[in-house]
Amino acid sequence: MKLPISWLKDFIDLDGLSVEDIARKLTLAGLEVDGIQYVGLPMPVYDEGEKHEFKTSGIAWDKDKIVVAEVYEVKPHPNADRLTLLDLFDGQQQQVVLTGAPNIFHLKGAGKLSKPIKVAYAKEGATLYDGHADGLVLTMLKRAKIRGVESYSMVCSEKELGITEEHEGIIILDDDAPVGMPLADYMGDAVLDISILPNMARNANVIGVARELAALTRRELKKPTIKFKTDGESIEELVSIEITNPELNPRFVLGLIRNVEIKPSPYQIQRRLKLAGMRPINNIVDATNYAMLELGEPLHAFDYDVLKERAGKKNIKIITRPAKDGEKLVTLDNVERTLSSLNVLVCDERGPLSLAGVMGGLESEVYDSSKEILDAKGVEIKDGEIPQGKVSIRSRSTANILLEGAAWNFINIRRTAKQHNLPSEASFRFSRGVHPALAETGVKRGLQLMAQWSNGIVAPGLVDEYPLKPKSSTVTITPKDVKRLLGIELSVEEIVELLERLEFKCKIRGSEIGNRKSAKKAKPITSYESQITVTAPPHRLDIGEGVVGVADVLEEVARVHGYDRIPSTTMADRLPPQIGNPIHEWEERLRDILVAIGFDEVVSYRLTSVESEARLGITGDYVRITNPIAPERSVMRRSLVASVLDSLEHNIRLSESLSFFEIGPIFQPVKNDLPNEPRKLAMAMSGLCDASAWDVKDSKSFDFYDMKGRIELLLSGLRYTNVSYASTDSVKYLHPGKAAQIKIDDQTVGVFGELHPLVKEKYDLGDAPVLVAEFDLETLRALNPTYAITPVTEFPPVLEDIAVIVDESVAASRVEALIRQTGGKSVTNVRLFDVYRGDQIGSGKKSLAYSLTYQAPDKTMTDAEAAAIRNKIVKRLEQEVGAKLRG
Amino acid sequence: MLEQLNEIEKSAMDSLQTIDNESSLDAWRVTHLGRSSALMQVFSGLGALSKEERPVVGQAANRVKIALEAAFADKTGAVKKSALERSLNEETLDVTLPGRTIHVGRLHPSTQQLRRVLAILAEMGFQVYTSREVETDEMNFQLLNFPPHHPARDMQDSLYVATEERGDNPILLRTHTSPGQIHAMRQFAAMNPKDPPPIRIALPGMCFRAEQITARSEVQFNQVEGLAVGKGITLSDLKGTLVEFAHRMFGQNARTRFRASYFPFTEPSAEMDVECFVCGGKGCAVCKNSGWLEILGSGMVHPVVLQNGGYDPNIYSGFAWGMGPERQLMLRYKIEDIRYFWGNDIRFLEQF
Ligand SMILES: [Zn+2]
Repeated sequence: MKLPISWLKDFIDLDGLSVEDIARKLTLAGLEVDGIQYVGLPMPVYDEGEKHEFKTSGIAWDKDKIVVAEVYEVKPHPNADRLTLLDLFDGQQQQVVLTGAPNIFHLKGAGKLSKPIKVAYAKEGATLYDGHADGLVLTMLKRAKIRGVESYSMVCSEKELGITEEHEGIIILDDDAPVGMPLADYMGDAVLDISILPNMARNANVIGVARELAALTRRELKKPTIKFKTDGESIEELVSIEITNPELNPRFVLGLIRNVEIKPSPYQIQRRLKLAGMRPINNIVDATNYAMLELGEPLHAFDYDVLKERAGKKNIKIITRPAKDGEKLVTLDNVERTLSSLNVLVCDERGPLSLAGVMGGLESEVYDSSKEILDAKGVEIKDGEIPQGKVSIRSRSTANILLEGAAWNFINIRRTAKQHNLPSEASFRFSRGVHPALAETGVKRGLQLMAQWSNGIVAPGLVDEYPLKPKSSTVTITPKDVKRLLGIELSVEEIVELLERLEFKCKIRGSEIGNRKSAKKAKPITSYESQITVTAPPHRLDIGEGVVGVADVLEEVARVHGYDRIPSTTMADRLPPQIGNPIHEWEERLRDILVAIGFDEVVSYRLTSVESEARLGITGDYVRITNPIAPERSVMRRSLVASVLDSLEHNIRLSESLSFFEIGPIFQPVKNDLPNEPRKLAMAMSGLCDASAWDVKDSKSFDFYDMKGRIELLLSGLRYTNVSYASTDSVKYLHPGKAAQIKIDDQTVGVFGELHPLVKEKYDLGDAPVLVAEFDLETLRALNPTYAITPVTEFPPVLEDIAVIVDESVAASRVEALIRQTGGKSVTNVRLFDVYRGDQIGSGKKSLAYSLTYQAPDKTMTDAEAAAIRNKIVKRLEQEVGAKLRG
Repeated sequence: MLEQLNEIEKSAMDSLQTIDNESSLDAWRVTHLGRSSALMQVFSGLGALSKEERPVVGQAANRVKIALEAAFADKTGAVKKSALERSLNEETLDVTLPGRTIHVGRLHPSTQQLRRVLAILAEMGFQVYTSREVETDEMNFQLLNFPPHHPARDMQDSLYVATEERGDNPILLRTHTSPGQIHAMRQFAAMNPKDPPPIRIALPGMCFRAEQITARSEVQFNQVEGLAVGKGITLSDLKGTLVEFAHRMFGQNARTRFRASYFPFTEPSAEMDVECFVCGGKGCAVCKNSGWLEILGSGMVHPVVLQNGGYDPNIYSGFAWGMGPERQLMLRYKIEDIRYFWGNDIRFLEQF
């Protein structure tokens, strides 16, 4: 919400408070000021290194150089048809000023004006925005000759003064503007841009903010006095209201004003509306908007005569009701809208007039025959965006106004505004809740402003249907509650004083000292246990009941007391049971090991597309998003391998060697229920084994065994012992001859291998093999081993190499297992260091060379003992796999 | 004989003088001190001498041997020293050539930041609690005091999962980690429903919003929430705990500021700002010239939420706060584009 300080001043004395003070106090109390735009008032000057507080923009008007002046004659320019020379008085002397402003051109050559025109006059040396530059460019006014006439000063447009973007015409001030007064004193302003939190809708208006500020600074809130003369037949004789569903429409108020003259509003009013972000339309529409911005009650003005004509001989009867499905209404933006039963309509006996709380109807809107301009209510206003092509059936401007102020169900308005995509100032407020009490105040304020600006006469009385009064919330709190939840000691009197500043009604009772009257002289009259019964003021809908209401009221106590005055303390409560998070801790260990063996962690989008994962041959159901932000983010992933491959693909040309892993959930749909979210580990690698350097060339590419080695490191790092590998051709995305299942205690915990060439083709992954691995973390974790550290012996081992020749078909793992089994505890290490194939050993054979470590735990192993063990091993290998010891 | 010894000594000494390398030294030793050297032959000839001559010549030969050995040792030292000097002079590397490296793995920056945050929280007594990422509307919103169609839902646009009609309880991707508050409270309360134990937990995890992926907004992001529930926990405890946290996270001198705010699941609610650590509070692009950075949202756990978690709000109270590790990194390292995080470009990842 944009709030001009000048408007705030109508309701609170701001003496001694700078704009920054105001912004700071509001910000700390929850009315966060996002920025301050200066429009004339002096701007803060920061020294080098001094702290800023707010995002600041705008311009200050030099008091000596920019003043109110009056033009008493508009003369032609001797050498230029489209320019004029203004004779004006700036309060000190006569000046002649050159201008090309079109909005004063019609007075050219008309001689001395019967009524002088008040303008904003800038003298030589004044700093202004350049009216003709794109965007906002500050410039200093300099002496120049234009077409032979010397120019040293100017009359300003709104753009030049930073009020709006308007730069064609000059500002024409109200007649009562005091000539010679510095413009900054007359109408210098600053606009606070305030974020309104959902629970602070009551403050989305000038009075709301003034009330908060008054409470925060202990100043008086000057509420507007609403008084106006009335005359003629009472509205009560002419109009009636029928509310069909009070839940949707708790209150509906109508007032009537006759004989209005539609014309522009006073300049100061227009300026305030513009600074608040609304476009001035005419005095009637402006009055509804002005009252809304000031009080928070959106109003709607109907052309009384249009309704009268529709009613024929009968009196006007306003009916509010839900729309029928498919019912139609042309709204004032000239769009025919098809309605649903969700929407609420304001109708007369002939049919719908407006979409309640959201937008008026075209037919009964306020009409100004001098301008084909729309009622702005409900339309988001942007410069130069007046809808075109509207033809009115009416030839006469609106003269009599029926003014509506109502209360609507905020959820209903919210849904309606969303359904028709009609965000507006009115629906913004109604969809966050406007107290029904404001309907009456709003209508009265609107009528007062219309009477003031249009010379209209208000009809006596209001028609007021109020079938559903909101429950006034009453909550009981004690100083003990304040202490228990806020941690501060406040007396009953202090609490009451804080709340009364926000217009809560407070009653103190239950003093334990006894009867309050008799205790009045004896102090204290209240105690820690005393109860304060608090009733919310009639502009608030955000205070609940019971324990919720207590929290609501305590929040107000804390806010007005000041969050900055609440001390910082340490929790005194006992410590909670320590349950830890073994899964999280275990996964963190996994991450550490993976990083230590050279893998980079990636974190991918959980959201992907079916097509993207189909490249891996993944089929089946997905967790699908009904409102995806993009087609490529329309389902939840079912494969973590797909995620790491995406990262590999993205980086494939950025590095000669890539090793990635990711840990996280995949999502498996369950019909009409929450999906399963099993956690997985995926690894992928491709590229060179060794980083190339100036003397390291032709490093080989990662292959199956590089991935396997890393998996072995990972599993041994996690202390798994009984690990085995079995070839598999059942993993669709893996090369059938270069893929393995990883088993621990015969349970499959994962698979790995080289990416299938046909799968690889579907990615942009370069020439080198791509190795991938995938683990099911739940299975792996369930097998989490216990282990003990083996003592380190002092006795020397016997080291020996042996090579055995076996058939190709014999798996190396089998040979190693036999060596280990046979060697038992005496063989502490078995390492395959060479695999040889060749003529020397015959075709279909391979030689496996192992380095063995023989070790006795308690003595020095002798060569003879080692030889005995070796002989046993060789014999076993001969028997089991037909191995021959290679000589 | 004695003259011969003098000759032997002199010629050996003379030839030793000229030696300047280790192999010549070896040869010299063989020639002059070896088994077949003239000196050794004197020793082996001692037996042939008379009783009177024998000790005289023996002593003289010994003296020569000792002298030659000493000279040899000196010379060896000198030759080795000069050889070392020569080789040190010759073996000079171009130290500016690049070194040979190995690839070192890295944790994703979000993980690194999560670890920093969780480590501090762990020291403050907050244990890690994780929960699922796809939730019901009830868990994600309703039990957290966001009724259906409530305006506060505008703050969190949700991504919905396709299911059969489920009325007001659709399935969605969690928009915050706060459903974990309900899960955790219920789990703790179940330990002793009559007198539920206190809770101090940290809730990290991935959250989702229906937002376009741009430099400033993301469809997924990590969040960490802290939750403390117990008897007698106050707003001043919230302040104290969060100020301590800020000191650990952003430095002991970090200045903080609490602003009133609104979250449906806390009341009173507060936003904690930390003085901008980029400009020191003077105003810069990162803090949008305000001198303050919005770091976390917080508040006293709403009574409705306590109740929904199985904790009687008349007896228990608590506070919660939430923050974004990616946002913290963006502020700290002036990262201008949030898309880097899930883009996984190694040129980004390598910088952490
Ligand atoms: Zn800064």
